[in-house]
Amino acid sequence: MTLTLSPVPHPTGSLQPQGWLRYLSFSTDHKVIGLQYLVCGFLFYLVGGALAGAIRTELLTPISDFLPRETYNEVLTLHGTVMIFLWIVPVVNGAFGNYLIPFYVGARDMAFPRLNAVAFWLIPPAGLLLISSYFIAGAAQSGWTAYPPLSITTPATGQIIWILSVLLLGGSSIFGGINFIATILKLRRPGLKLMQLPMYCWAMLGTSILVVLSTPVLAGTLVLLSFDIIAHTGFFNPALGGNAVVYQHLFWFYSHPAVYIMVLPAFGLVSEILPVHARKPLFGYTTMVYSIMAIVFLGLIVWAHHMFTSGTPPWMRLFFTIATSFIAVPTGIKFFNWLATLWGGKIALNSAMLFSCGFIINFVFGGITGVALAQVPFDIHVHDTYFVVGHFHYIVYGGTVFVIFASIYHWYPKVTGRLLNEPLGQLHFLLTFIGFNLCFAPQHWMGLNGMPRRVAEYDPQFALINQVSSVGALLMAISTLPFLVNVVLSAFRGAAAGDNPWNALTPEWLTSSPPPVENWKGEAPLVQEPYGYGVHPGELSLSASSGRDIWTMGDLDSRR
Amino acid sequence: MTSLTSSTGELSDGLDQHSSPEHHGDHRLFGLATFLVADGMTFAGFFAAYLTFRAVNPLPTGASYELELLLPTINTLVLLISSFTFHRAGAALRRSDTAGCQRWLLITAALGFSFLAGQMKEYFSLPFGLTDNLFASTFYAITGFHGLHVTLGGLMILIVWWQSRTGGRVNAGNPFPLEAAELYWHFVDGIWVVLYGILYLL
Repeated sequence: MTLTLSPVPHPTGSLQPQGWLRYLSFSTDHKVIGLQYLVCGFLFYLVGGALAGAIRTELLTPISDFLPRETYNEVLTLHGTVMIFLWIVPVVNGAFGNYLIPFYVGARDMAFPRLNAVAFWLIPPAGLLLISSYFIAGAAQSGWTAYPPLSITTPATGQIIWILSVLLLGGSSIFGGINFIATILKLRRPGLKLMQLPMYCWAMLGTSILVVLSTPVLAGTLVLLSFDIIAHTGFFNPALGGNAVVYQHLFWFYSHPAVYIMVLPAFGLVSEILPVHARKPLFGYTTMVYSIMAIVFLGLIVWAHHMFTSGTPPWMRLFFTIATSFIAVPTGIKFFNWLATLWGGKIALNSAMLFSCGFIINFVFGGITGVALAQVPFDIHVHDTYFVVGHFHYIVYGGTVFVIFASIYHWYPKVTGRLLNEPLGQLHFLLTFIGFNLCFAPQHWMGLNGMPRRVAEYDPQFALINQVSSVGALLMAISTLPFLVNVVLSAFRGAAAGDNPWNALTPEWLTSSPPPVENWKGEAPLVQEPYGYGVHPGELSLSASSGRDIWTMGDLDSRR
Repeated sequence: MTSLTSSTGELSDGLDQHSSPEHHGDHRLFGLATFLVADGMTFAGFFAAYLTFRAVNPLPTGASYELELLLPTINTLVLLISSFTFHRAGAALRRSDTAGCQRWLLITAALGFSFLAGQMKEYFSLPFGLTDNLFASTFYAITGFHGLHVTLGGLMILIVWWQSRTGGRVNAGNPFPLEAAELYWHFVDGIWVVLYGILYLL
């Protein structure tokens, strides 16, 4: 390690508050905003987790005894909305995107720092608004999908507050997406080519394209839905001559890409973590890039696979089945690339790596059930059953949330300058992995046997398997404790990490930990080989920027 | 850590030079254009909903998709001309012709607000209200959303008009506010042309 940066006094003349107060301020520093997203998102994760706990407690018995039925509907609506719009989307995009992307492109900040701060500060009020609706007039009861006519006939106040909150969060997401696109395309350090960017940049570029193209459609749709509720128009109300299926089309035009908005950044993050802890170049850089872009394109034309039971005509079923099955190809390419990155590597089985491997296992399982769900005959059998709930959670929790934890273990030393405690991290992983699989794997069985989702009462034959699932949920709740203890205590007492504890090559590690306000003292480093592990620098040709060359070299290195 | 040296070599070179503020150029117009793509997708969603309603949902007896064409056609021409006059204002600003720029901006604003007046006149002469049938609701939602855009654009033009006075902050050296308003105005104009084709002509 030749890299040592002495702490230099902070440049004066800034109006930004210093110390911990800046995390509560309208800071325009991308690193502060990234952490604001992360901590805010985690607080909402605890809320969403408590709601999930309420759901699993209710489902311990086949009768509705723990929560009144209407409260159960409110709780499951809030759980879905909080977890998606206030935890996963803001954290995998806003938190890690804001923290890492300027480093990766060699910039001092995002392209539009003030817009960035605005995008973050829309989130806490929107989240508090959403949660407060429960105490004001009862929260929305129509699920996170808010399908009409259900969303028109359930109590209006909660539904309107839900719409307002989601509109604010959608606006935040769009502003963030614009910022990421401009930063990645326009703010790259001179000399840094697109095909030399770390993979997370590509993931965020693809994600942001999806955000910009699809989120506005949801916003417009929700405005029309609010007209139906307030002004009694009949856009989506069949009783007034409207068409409820059009709502589903417009909703899923956003909400299917939303799955990729949640999972593509996770793909990017895991592609950063695996090479570092396996000491090997990322396998198949070029194919990774094209796979991301293929997923972006295909992700925009598969939405109706959520609607196979909505009276979709045969040609539509055929088209959307084929298009959806095609997504398995680029996703499979990425999966095998990760395995090949690990193959023959010098693997450090630390918490970051464990969570990444957990992600690979869970995600491939969720991916396989996803391909199954794309097939019309099977989908019609399990539509709106617990099979879908199991599949969905394998993608968003087993996939994305595992990567969020892996990323926290990986980048915590960069953010704080201190290492997290490894045994506690591994305990956290073990509890999460066992708890998660115990909770969600049985739900596939419930669904195949006909237990519908979104119900507080069910056939008593499912009682035992639901109790097993609830025990899994309890383990997941307990798993949060070692994590919280670890994160809080290590911030004060953790071992000093140094600037680059993992000996990583991506640009965020080539500065001090924590980094200075404008990321680097002096010029930003030009990193043309972000994954050049295991290769002697003399063998690295700086013109060999294509992924094919990089992975051939990595291959040779690991075999010989 | 041999593999780090190439990168750190770069870094220490940079450290010696001391930081100079990097000039990344002005990406605000690029950001605005990206936002307008998003905004356009909102309209695309509305148009898709309208076309599906029209293809699938029969209207109640007595209701019809036919609309009076004369006033909206005049309105379309007014908006098209306003895009042209806005372009002239921008050209005048680049030649530092303050008076010309301000004159063209005022003409553009006047055209924009007369479009809104025409829209109001059309609303009051229509035989249906917001909740009468599916077509009526969709018509008012889409034209209303577009009218909101025109209103915001008109206000932007007036602000830029005030800023482009002699000694104001908009001048040949700082044309961004005018260019941003102009890009937005052309976008609103273009959306109207599509809207006119789908809602009135189809």
